Amino acid sequence: MVTIHHFMVLSAVLFFIGVFGVLFRRNLIVIFMSIELMLNAVNLSFVTFARYTQSMDGHVVAFFVMALAAAEAAIGLAILVMIFRNRATVQADDLSLMRD
Amino acid sequence: MNNYLWLIPFSPLAGAVLNGLLAVSFSRSERTVSERLVSFIGCLAPFVSFVTAVGLFLHLRALPESERVVTQTIFPWLVSGDLHVDFALMVDTLSMVMVLVVTGVGTVIHFYSIGYMAKDKGFARYFAYLNLFMFSMLVLVTAKSMPVLFIGWEGVGLCSYLLIGFWYEDIKNAAAGKKAFVVNRIGDFAFLIGIFVVFVATSRIGHPTLDFVELRELVSGHPGALVGTATLAAILFFIGATGKSAQIPLYVWLPDAMAGPTPVSALIHAATMVTAGVYMVARLSYLYLESPVAMAVVAAVGAVTALFAATIGLCQKDIKKVLAYSTVSQLGYMFAAVGVGAYAAGMFHLVTHAFFKACLFLGAGSVIHAMGGEQDMFKMGALGKVMKRTSVTFLVASLAIAGVPPLAAFFSKDEILWSVFSSGIGPAWLPGLLWAVLFVGAGVTAFYVFRAVFLTFYGERRYTDEAAHHLHESPPIMTVPLIILAAGSVVAGLVGVPAVLGGPNWFHHYLQPAIGPIAPPGGELGSHAAGFGVHGEAHASSVSSAAELILMTLSVIIAVVGIALAHRFYIRKTARPGQLAQQFKGLYHLVYNKYFVDEAYEKTIVRPGYAISDRLFFGVIDARVIDGIVNGVGVFTRVFGSAVRLFQTGVVRTYALFFLFGLIFLIYKLID
Amino acid sequence: MELVVFYTLAGFSVVGALLMVTRKSPLAGALALVVSMAALAGLFAMLHAEFVFILQILLYAGAIMVLIIFTIMLLNLSPKELKERPVGKVKGLIIFAATVAGFLGFLRVLLMLPEGVPYVAPTFGNIEEVGALMLSSYMFPFEVISVLLLVAIVGIVVLAKKSI
Repeated sequence: MVTIHHFMVLSAVLFFIGVFGVLFRRNLIVIFMSIELMLNAVNLSFVTFARYTQSMDGHVVAFFVMALAAAEAAIGLAILVMIFRNRATVQADDLSLMRD
Repeated sequence: MNNYLWLIPFSPLAGAVLNGLLAVSFSRSERTVSERLVSFIGCLAPFVSFVTAVGLFLHLRALPESERVVTQTIFPWLVSGDLHVDFALMVDTLSMVMVLVVTGVGTVIHFYSIGYMAKDKGFARYFAYLNLFMFSMLVLVTAKSMPVLFIGWEGVGLCSYLLIGFWYEDIKNAAAGKKAFVVNRIGDFAFLIGIFVVFVATSRIGHPTLDFVELRELVSGHPGALVGTATLAAILFFIGATGKSAQIPLYVWLPDAMAGPTPVSALIHAATMVTAGVYMVARLSYLYLESPVAMAVVAAVGAVTALFAATIGLCQKDIKKVLAYSTVSQLGYMFAAVGVGAYAAGMFHLVTHAFFKACLFLGAGSVIHAMGGEQDMFKMGALGKVMKRTSVTFLVASLAIAGVPPLAAFFSKDEILWSVFSSGIGPAWLPGLLWAVLFVGAGVTAFYVFRAVFLTFYGERRYTDEAAHHLHESPPIMTVPLIILAAGSVVAGLVGVPAVLGGPNWFHHYLQPAIGPIAPPGGELGSHAAGFGVHGEAHASSVSSAAELILMTLSVIIAVVGIALAHRFYIRKTARPGQLAQQFKGLYHLVYNKYFVDEAYEKTIVRPGYAISDRLFFGVIDARVIDGIVNGVGVFTRVFGSAVRLFQTGVVRTYALFFLFGLIFLIYKLID
Repeated sequence: MELVVFYTLAGFSVVGALLMVTRKSPLAGALALVVSMAALAGLFAMLHAEFVFILQILLYAGAIMVLIIFTIMLLNLSPKELKERPVGKVKGLIIFAATVAGFLGFLRVLLMLPEGVPYVAPTFGNIEEVGALMLSSYMFPFEVISVLLLVAIVGIVVLAKKSI
């Protein structure tokens, strides 16, 4: 029998893989995709809870999350493209204007 | 009258504030402040206090003897744990005497000052300080608890400093003021420790208090309970008194204090501030009675100081210095009295001394004023022909201090001598020894004071012609106070005519309820108090009466001898003193230079103290430690800042990592 | 039986995620992520979330990932540009440790969850039910999301223009 724990552990694993990706990789695109992975993990956890508490709220929230992710993806990628146009780089470490 | 008690100290305070404001507001402008206005304020204030005091006195007389106390709480002051001290005033018969002396003599001297300080640049400032002094002194004598007394105690020290260094533009005056303040401070430090000791001791009994009324009840109720701490506290307080009242070893500031205006010397350094120590011992009589050791110390120091200072006064040239040492000496008499338990005798002498010493000082001031500032007696002489009133009043006051009956000091000094002789203090030989010291001192007193009289007012004229132009009797505003004080010197003694001469000795009787432990109803006093015969002993045995009369006669004889000797040396055979000085060159040199006490202090205390301050406190602690800390704060901030700056990488990923740290922290927090 | 399905789908999901995080080429990573998301969609189906399942495939795997792949192709990064400066060993270790610590902490929390598989009605996860909920208690967020999408569109248009 698949219990809530199975799903939640999976969600955690996916989430922290995403965290690792954000922190470890320097390529902006990969960072971005890791963020998407994190959002997915959270979605999974919401839906899991919805199932195991028999309430539909989780689904609704998951829907909103997805809509948000879509909007955020669009804008984020647009910014990424602009950065590449201006600075010819997609390495996160090169963008350190905040240092000084 | 309960409501008006506060008026006594606060009226002069108001006067001080008003005159102070006048002084400050006129200090920058070209116009001088109106002397009439300042005099009016400055003399009205203490006069109001005097009138209130008289009213209070009458009120007290109407009360039955055991209830002659009036108190008033101004506001609650210190409340902290066990310590509860209100700013409260109290007048019982003891403080009543002091208040009358301070306000009465004080008012007279204020009037005198109008003439003496006329045309002085700092006229308003003078009266402001003088009124401030009155306030402090009155707080001191009407205080209901030790901390309030200490406020007055410090306040008079401050005003003494301000007034001694009044003409501060001359550095010597400022130095004298500084010396007075610093030496006083040493005594004050001991006094403060004494207060702490009392508080701790009373806490240990379970009834922590610093209030005089409560302390008296506490000590009376537990005779013998506080002996150890009583000795310690009593001696500490007495050290404070040696500072304030110029006894050995802290008397050195008083002769220097003559740098101030003469009315200041009269008021502060003769009649009032210096007597604060005597008042304090009388106020804490019950404490001293618990410690025979402390009492012996007080009496011995007092007696030795009396003789010591009198001998220095013998050789002084400056008229004010003679009077200064005389004051130190007379204070020694007062302390000898209270040391043996004769509190009433000591206070009596305090009162009579106020009259004749103030009169002497003001007379000297009159002379100095007329001589255009000259203070060397060897440049005077035969002034009695020109300054009739001054010389007569000065003569009367001198007769009084010498102890010629029936003038005031005869009765008071004699009572002291008798009390010392017949006291039960210390080992059997001590009373006799102390009496002998004081007796010789009385002779020396008569001698030096009449030396001053003859040198100044009689004999040959030694002043220059140009001084003669300036010479005139002082205006009435100065001579009337002289007359008043001289009259006081004559009659003040009558309040204390002792029983052996058939008098009622009102004074002794009046002070009785305020002194010593409270007698339990109908019971026996503690052994100490009874031993010292504090409470109206009727030792009317014929043996002691005869002894008293004999001693009295001896005192008169030695006074006359002293006067005659002075007459011989300074009127008839004027070469004699010079010859004697040559013969005993070494001794004369020693005494003339005040036994080199100041020089000894300078070498052993002042210079090392200065060296330590400069090298240790300034060089090391101030320059290195404190500056190091302050600079260190700056350095630390800089270093810390550089360290923290490493967090600001500007790289977003690093910030994300910190996000994660925070998240982990939260997770683990939530788990628990 | 159910367990087998679960583990298969979970396996695909995790492997895809790992691949995405480790590949140097973003394109490879993106494709791996697509696989992962598809697996996730299957998992949603297992959870009786029909609507979310459809959405996952349509939106995420279908739209968002396609957008990302478009961008990757647009940027056309050469291998030189793709070269990342290596993360220091120390830093890497810290990051790894922090990640693991977080994960373990999370597991601790998970232990507090109750056991048991409650029964769900056949209509659970219906689009009808989702719609009903959205238009009643989640009305406000629904409207706000609409505005947000509008704002996003406007923003992108502005960003993408060469001159405003």
